[in-house]
Amino acid sequence: MAFLDRTARSFLLTELIGGLGVTLRYMFKPKATINYPYEKGHLSPRFRGEHALRRYPNGEERCIACKLCEAVCPAEAITIEAEPRDDGSRRTTRYDIDMTKCIYCGLCEEACPVDAIVEGPNYEFATETREELMYDKDKLLANGDRWESVLARRLELDAPYR
Amino acid sequence: MITQLAFYLFATVLVLSGAMVVSARNPVHAVLFLILGFFNAAGLFLIAGAEFLAMILVIVYVGAVAVLFLFVVMMLDVNFNQLREGLQRYAPVGGAVGVALLAELVFTVGRLKLVPAARPLPVGAGSGTVSNTEALGRLIYTDYILLFQACGLVLLVAMIGAIVLTLRDRPSARRQDVGMQHARVPADTLEMMELKVGASVDELGGYLRPHDGYGAVAAPSEPRKLRVSPEDEHLGA
Amino acid sequence: MTQFLFHSLAGLLILTVLECLAILVPLLMAVAYLVYGERKVLGAIQLRKGPNTVGPFGLFQTFADAIKMLTKETVIPSGANRALYLFAPFLTFVLAMIAWAVIPTNNGWAIADINVGVLYLFAVSSLGVYGILIAGWASNSKYAFMGGLRSAAQMVSYEVSLGLVIVSILLVVGSLNLNDIILAQRHVWFALPMLPMFVIFFISTLAETNRAPFDLPEGESELVAGFFVEYSSLAFGLFFLGEYMNMILMSAMTSILFLGGWLPPVGIAPFTWVPGPIWLILKIVFLLFMFIWVRATFPRYRYDQLMRLGWKVFLPCSLAWMVLTACFLMATGLLPGMQTHGVG
Repeated sequence: MAFLDRTARSFLLTELIGGLGVTLRYMFKPKATINYPYEKGHLSPRFRGEHALRRYPNGEERCIACKLCEAVCPAEAITIEAEPRDDGSRRTTRYDIDMTKCIYCGLCEEACPVDAIVEGPNYEFATETREELMYDKDKLLANGDRWESVLARRLELDAPYR
Repeated sequence: MITQLAFYLFATVLVLSGAMVVSARNPVHAVLFLILGFFNAAGLFLIAGAEFLAMILVIVYVGAVAVLFLFVVMMLDVNFNQLREGLQRYAPVGGAVGVALLAELVFTVGRLKLVPAARPLPVGAGSGTVSNTEALGRLIYTDYILLFQACGLVLLVAMIGAIVLTLRDRPSARRQDVGMQHARVPADTLEMMELKVGASVDELGGYLRPHDGYGAVAAPSEPRKLRVSPEDEHLGA
Repeated sequence: MTQFLFHSLAGLLILTVLECLAILVPLLMAVAYLVYGERKVLGAIQLRKGPNTVGPFGLFQTFADAIKMLTKETVIPSGANRALYLFAPFLTFVLAMIAWAVIPTNNGWAIADINVGVLYLFAVSSLGVYGILIAGWASNSKYAFMGGLRSAAQMVSYEVSLGLVIVSILLVVGSLNLNDIILAQRHVWFALPMLPMFVIFFISTLAETNRAPFDLPEGESELVAGFFVEYSSLAFGLFFLGEYMNMILMSAMTSILFLGGWLPPVGIAPFTWVPGPIWLILKIVFLLFMFIWVRATFPRYRYDQLMRLGWKVFLPCSLAWMVLTACFLMATGLLPGMQTHGVG
């Protein structure tokens, strides 16, 4: 009897038809994808995207050239040179990040004692040439100015877990 | 006018491709010229009003036989110098076959009759009312059914013979038995065990750890003695 | 004007060219939208959206892809047989087109309403293997060669069962003319009394067009892309077009043989108002949807399983069905030609 049942099932293609039924049901389910360039998915406050150098509210740059980020960077993507400024405070003269080397681990951000270097929410910074991905200090500061409100909010949201 | 033009076109290409089949240096090209020849022969059949034969020629010879030719020839690594070595020896045989074929051609073209009483071949079998296919079918399956079936039997014997000659049953070969695989159910090979969640965890100190594994090394039950190398012994214990 | 068109040589030539264009232009558009539809349906089944950016609902996506493809460089591998390498895609494309000459789109509407229409279709579809085999051999690449060989073996194997299924239909109809085959389905489509053959025929057409789950010739996991690994630009485009046109052709053939071609489902008033070509197109679209649906559902076959299915399952089944059909027709006296000529 089991043999008959099995033979009948295989000749009636029950399993194949069952499989087709499953895919047909899925066809009418709501789509899992979003319409990307027009709709974007939720990002955690901890999302590690493009880097930015922040400033204090009075416009003074936060970075004190302690070079902790340069030391901790596992990909050796950060290069820093520093000198005392005219007013005697220690500041960077050069702060470069090679974005092609960066692995977006977020260690620089964690090493920073003054929350100067942070990884922002921006992930759409593709360029047409490789050179454009060698970020210098001006670019990073510009990023910081552009994203400051978002960056501050993100740090505030994530602060209880740090 | 168009028919004649088409005939000469087909006939010329047929003869040329036939010549190329024997003269082409690359065997794959030779087979492709053979296929071109089949096509033109089919075209000639079409002109003669034998559309069924034309289609069958394309399906059987071009669609199946020549594919197998091509298959074999593509995988062959032919050494042409070796092939040419026997030319002297086989030339007389080939020449004889050629002469016989030429003679047949001459007889046909010259309408020579060796036996004057021979009935001429029924050209255009059947009257105008029945289709070409039907006329052919009646000829094969009604008038000459026994002969046709006998031909079929001969071919069947040849086919079985070829299979018998080439089929070797290797005892070491592993074959898939689909029926057996389908008949398998989980109960045949799997034993379902009832296991209580968390049972027998206590003896490992409350942690899910393998015996004598990572856990034993990472958490030794008693502090190990430091091993001191011989030259450092004078530094004191 | 009518006089000129129908009664002079030049007029007939112009008429024939116009007829061909009337089939081919819609066909090429159909290929474009078949590709679009395939991507949409596959997307929907996989819970994705599919193309939706180029044009409204992504309707111009295929054209954008075509322009991108045509502006690429044609690469000819070193050691390739140049002439045959370039000949193969054209052969595939041309064969996919010329088969349409005999497809009737309405009662008697075909470019060539020939007596041996089924055989012509079968002959043209059996030639499709050459494009693939020549492409595989001429590319001078091991992957292409393996793909070509696989595909040749596969197509030759499945043609056998395809042919036997066609024979059992011809037994019922008693004619090789496609129009006669459709007219014989006035009362009931052959898909109903011959359901097993319909299934076998459909699965064989999947194998014949190298579609999933029988897309071994281009099995990307083991053969990169199979017989067209080395092709790019227009040559690749011709293969692509040929493959999709073959899909449409096979669907048309299935709908003519089993689903009544241009006949409405039932011959009563509201259905008969819809013209025949619309019915044919609807049936073709349904079968093409089946092609895509099957692709989205089933995993690829292993090569030995494919051969086993063709030779050990489909061949005996279709042969047995053919014999059964012949016996049934003889016993009931329904065999076409029996009444007129007697059982000879």
